Amino acid sequence: MTSSVMLVREHESGGVQELPLTPKNKKKRGPSRAKPGRFTPGVLLLPALVILAVVIGWPLIQLFVMSFQEFGRAQVFGAPAPFVGFDNYTRVLSDPQFWAVLGRSILFCLANVVTAMVLGTLVALLMNRVNKVFKVLVSVGLLLAWAMPALTATIVWGWMFDTQYGVVNYLLEAVSGQDFTNHSWLIDPFSFFVVATIIVTWGAVPFVAFTIFAGLTQVPDEVLEAAQLDGAGAWQRFRLIVFPYLRSIFVVVIILQVIWDLRVFTQIFALQGIGGIKEQTSTLGVYIYQTSLGKGDYGTGGAIAVIMVILMVGISIFYVRRSLKEEEE
Amino acid sequence: MSAAVTTAPATTRTPHRRLSAKKRTTAIVLGALSIIVFLFSVFPVYWMVNTSLQPNNEIRGAVPNFVPQNLTMANYETVIFDPGRAPFLPALGNSLMVTVSTVIIALVFAFLASLAVTRYRFKSRKTFIFAILIIQMIPAEAMIVSTYRVLDGWGLLNTIGGLTLVYVATVLPFTIWTLRGFVNGVPVELEESAMIDGCSRTGAFWRITFPLLAPGLVATGVFGFIQAWNEFLLALVVNSRPEMMTLPVWLRTFQQVTGTTNWAAIMAGSTLMAIPVIVFFLIVQGRMTSGLVSGAVKG
Repeated sequence: MTSSVMLVREHESGGVQELPLTPKNKKKRGPSRAKPGRFTPGVLLLPALVILAVVIGWPLIQLFVMSFQEFGRAQVFGAPAPFVGFDNYTRVLSDPQFWAVLGRSILFCLANVVTAMVLGTLVALLMNRVNKVFKVLVSVGLLLAWAMPALTATIVWGWMFDTQYGVVNYLLEAVSGQDFTNHSWLIDPFSFFVVATIIVTWGAVPFVAFTIFAGLTQVPDEVLEAAQLDGAGAWQRFRLIVFPYLRSIFVVVIILQVIWDLRVFTQIFALQGIGGIKEQTSTLGVYIYQTSLGKGDYGTGGAIAVIMVILMVGISIFYVRRSLKEEEE
Repeated sequence: MSAAVTTAPATTRTPHRRLSAKKRTTAIVLGALSIIVFLFSVFPVYWMVNTSLQPNNEIRGAVPNFVPQNLTMANYETVIFDPGRAPFLPALGNSLMVTVSTVIIALVFAFLASLAVTRYRFKSRKTFIFAILIIQMIPAEAMIVSTYRVLDGWGLLNTIGGLTLVYVATVLPFTIWTLRGFVNGVPVELEESAMIDGCSRTGAFWRITFPLLAPGLVATGVFGFIQAWNEFLLALVVNSRPEMMTLPVWLRTFQQVTGTTNWAAIMAGSTLMAIPVIVFFLIVQGRMTSGLVSGAVKG
């Protein structure tokens, strides 16, 4: 039992040294080493590992296999699925429609991540400067927007952008004086994506703003004041002091935004249901749904899905590594 | 001499006054911006409730009613009791069963896993955290067909259990990641001193760490609840039979069946689906953001 009073500290060399428990050492200690007992890490991790293996791992393998098979409606009903090598991939990669969908998804993702990050950071800085009353006001507004389910939000925005009775057309006409009577927002692909961007950004800004605001409160005021006395402007203070303090938060928030925006499904799918041209507005996720469940071509859908998985994991691996490294330091 | 005395305070006061005027202008601009952010955030939610409380014929005027002229609950009655092609009450029941089971199972599994990665150092610890983050990035969109087939093979399509299983796996990575931050916040010394006093390691986890973690567990659990409650795609594919639908699938079906002819009823349905989420969300929000950030900040 005495060993638990002592501080067991791992050194970079890998050696273990016992040190008396003093406040100075206490701060530096990391997780303790495994001690004999009923709960070993393996046992603790087992339930989570099993469920992830069964529900994510196994279907992932199935998906990978399926992408090399001819897999249509007949195979769903039990017909054998012949292996066709890279046929599905060749078909997908030589299909201009796929490249259009991919380009559209990446553009949409970039536009939404940039918009949400810029607006979210500005709102966080705003919350950091205003008095308590306004801070509460902004927080309540953001919370309501954040809490709104994506599907509900899309349907509500769809109603607000309604061609005939939408409040947006009414307000735009009242403010600009131009004729917006029966202006359709969803029929033109570009304005469809403008509406989609508004919906996605509206839902994403609260998360970005609150997270960055929480980080802002950790930036020491003295440092900012000292910088101000030294003549640093607002932009310089943000770039040279606030940003370095919040870098790891920015990394995490951007990762999550990229993941969420690249895999956007609900907003696009529901908006198409309200009135958009599917062929011209599908993003990757919706395209997989249409190819697989719409056309019944599961092999091709599988190939697109594998490409999407590789793309997403590839993009994020760099960031995950970085954020883990920063944290473990 | 007297002139100098009278002018001296004036010269010092002028820059001071200019400064406070500038400060006041800044305050007004920032206040105005706050109000704009508030209005932009709240308006869609307000508009949903506003539309849902008006008779359907009144929302189709040339000028929209910014406040209901004739308050009515008729739309809610239509949604809840109209036995059309998309009945509301069974969907509500399904949603409740699936989300509650998901949250309980995911919390228990994630608590155990987060203890493993915070309280022990083992060889594959980093690999596990890395895998968790990567799994979270595998899009559900890519997995729909194979998930459907796997569940079909086990006879779990259109069941509460099948959808729960899928949801537990969906929310687990994030739950582990977030709980890990909360567990890190509980000093390991507390467990150790309990062990010196004769507690077993297991006892120390349950008697010391678990109660201290309660706020974090509640926050993480509610977040899982919201994720499962709102999930649309997997429910659409896996539980497609009308009597097994969850609320999001129901709402979408209701919107398709109703067409755009009855926006008032659709808004009433949207309000019913959004209310539990909004209420829960308001309860735990503060803890959630601090939990998210504690995972991202050193110390």
